[in-house]
Amino acid sequence: MSNVKKEKTVKWGEEPKLSILDALYLPAIASGVATAIRHAVSGKATTRQYPEVEPEIPPNYRGVHRLNRDEEGRVKCVACYMCQTACPANCIEIIAAPAPKDDPHWKDRDKYPATFTIDELRCIYCGMCEEACPVDAIELTSIYDLTGLSRQEMIFDREKLLSVFDETVKSGKDPVRTHRGVLGPASETAATAKQAPPPPGRGRRG
Amino acid sequence: MWVWLKESWPILWPTLAAIGVILAVVPLLGLYMTFIERKLAAYVQDRIGPNRVGPFGLLQAVADGIKIFLKEQVIPDHVYTTLYFLAPAMSLMTAMFALVVMPFGPVPTDYEGGFRFVVQPGNDIGILFMMAISSLSAYGIIVGGWASNNKYSIYGAIRSCAQFISYEIPLGLSIIGVIAITGSLNIEKIVEAQSGSILDWNVCWQPLALLIFFTAALAETNRLPFDLPECEQELVGGFHTEYSGIKFVLFFLAEYTHIVTVSFLTALLFFGGWHFPGLPNPTGGTTLGMILGLAVLLFKVSMVVLFIILLRWALPRFRFDQLMGLAWKGLIPMGLVHLVGVAIVLSLGLPKHLLILTAALPIAAAYYSSVKFNASMGRWNALESGVRKTSAVSYE
Repeated sequence: MSNVKKEKTVKWGEEPKLSILDALYLPAIASGVATAIRHAVSGKATTRQYPEVEPEIPPNYRGVHRLNRDEEGRVKCVACYMCQTACPANCIEIIAAPAPKDDPHWKDRDKYPATFTIDELRCIYCGMCEEACPVDAIELTSIYDLTGLSRQEMIFDREKLLSVFDETVKSGKDPVRTHRGVLGPASETAATAKQAPPPPGRGRRG
Repeated sequence: MWVWLKESWPILWPTLAAIGVILAVVPLLGLYMTFIERKLAAYVQDRIGPNRVGPFGLLQAVADGIKIFLKEQVIPDHVYTTLYFLAPAMSLMTAMFALVVMPFGPVPTDYEGGFRFVVQPGNDIGILFMMAISSLSAYGIIVGGWASNNKYSIYGAIRSCAQFISYEIPLGLSIIGVIAITGSLNIEKIVEAQSGSILDWNVCWQPLALLIFFTAALAETNRLPFDLPECEQELVGGFHTEYSGIKFVLFFLAEYTHIVTVSFLTALLFFGGWHFPGLPNPTGGTTLGMILGLAVLLFKVSMVVLFIILLRWALPRFRFDQLMGLAWKGLIPMGLVHLVGVAIVLSLGLPKHLLILTAALPIAAAYYSSVKFNASMGRWNALESGVRKTSAVSYE
């Protein structure tokens, strides 16, 4: 081999010589068994013990949807169909209704969703509904362990989505990235639109 | 009939009791070995393993058993139905049949009445019977693979056929040394011959035989690193691809029964069986001695079982030509030379501990193969650079 002129730019490699111990195999087997035993008796588990130890979910995780409430506890959604239009999986279905004008509770609102259903099985959790929403009414929470015993159970209606909101606010699993509680400009009536806009940042982390 | 039963009862009941023990313990053992295997695998891989069902997951095996009994019986359209049903039964039957002559506790050689830890004590062809029956277990696998009517299954069956045929030979060669020097095929007598100090254990004066025996036996059980008949990466599931539910369990149980058999044989033939230095000889027949002997034997067997399970997570699988090469170019020549050594020791009346010299045989073989390998690599390298040189010249 040494008599062959080797080019400088080419890296020459040669197979390592096989020693007796290599050819005997037994030392290699012994070291393999030793490694296995070392790990077996170390008693350390590198896995997360899931139901006891829950993973830390980042706050921008896209999990189960919720419908936000405004400051007066009404559904914040103004039934503009933006999320339904944006949804690539066609899993949102809204039926809009005019807000009951006689009711003083609803007097500053024009429109509200009579029904609002999301098929959680169809949803691909892309978050485009959240991006499309002009009033920050729909949000994806960090709830990741959604299960159900039937398909019907996985179709969430308005009340269910609002209850997800209540739950996440209570449990501190709040996504906290929107102006929760404050009505956006799109949900204002002609009367309230003349008022000054809310100061920036108000209602954030509320 | 009744009179006959009454007369033969003192002989009959120990046999029936031993059969009962085997029939009751082996399936349970099979179930719990899956649990131990999963748990040990988890520890080796820095996991925790099954820990949900019962304390420390101890009832996981029971849950697995219930689940697999309740599974749907799927029979694919394309199988040969009769053979398809026959194969798992054959597999388990041959595996259990080999246990007939296997002592699972201390057996006194004077063969008095009462319960002895073996179905048929004092069988003078014991080890031969065991070898013969355990070779039959290849039929279960081959028939299963054939009946599945599926290319992966038949590949698995063919591999297992070749593997069984190849590894029967070193298996037989390795125990001939033990048999010839003991002068008996009777397993109890072989154990009795190791009853002295620890130096009388067969492992201490023919370690090479143990090495060959254990390797070949591992191949006979289809365990890693020799599990080519059922390797998942190449053959889906091998011969049991088409089997599910209870029929799969029978195959599975047969495999674990084989492991138990091999572990018992290793402990009995090479590690002194129920003897341990310092303990009284249990063949006297006292109850305490019997219990101690049982504990010693079960301890040795469980150590071997654990080692077999551990090997699965320590070694990679062989390639098929390597597997054949190991048997035909490694184990069989070494077994033959070992046999010659045994013959020399026996015919010249030399002390049997001289046989330990055969342990140098694998070292010599390793030296030979390393020299050969390095020489061939040197030729290869020279050839390589020669080709390179000429091609470079022609290019210019």
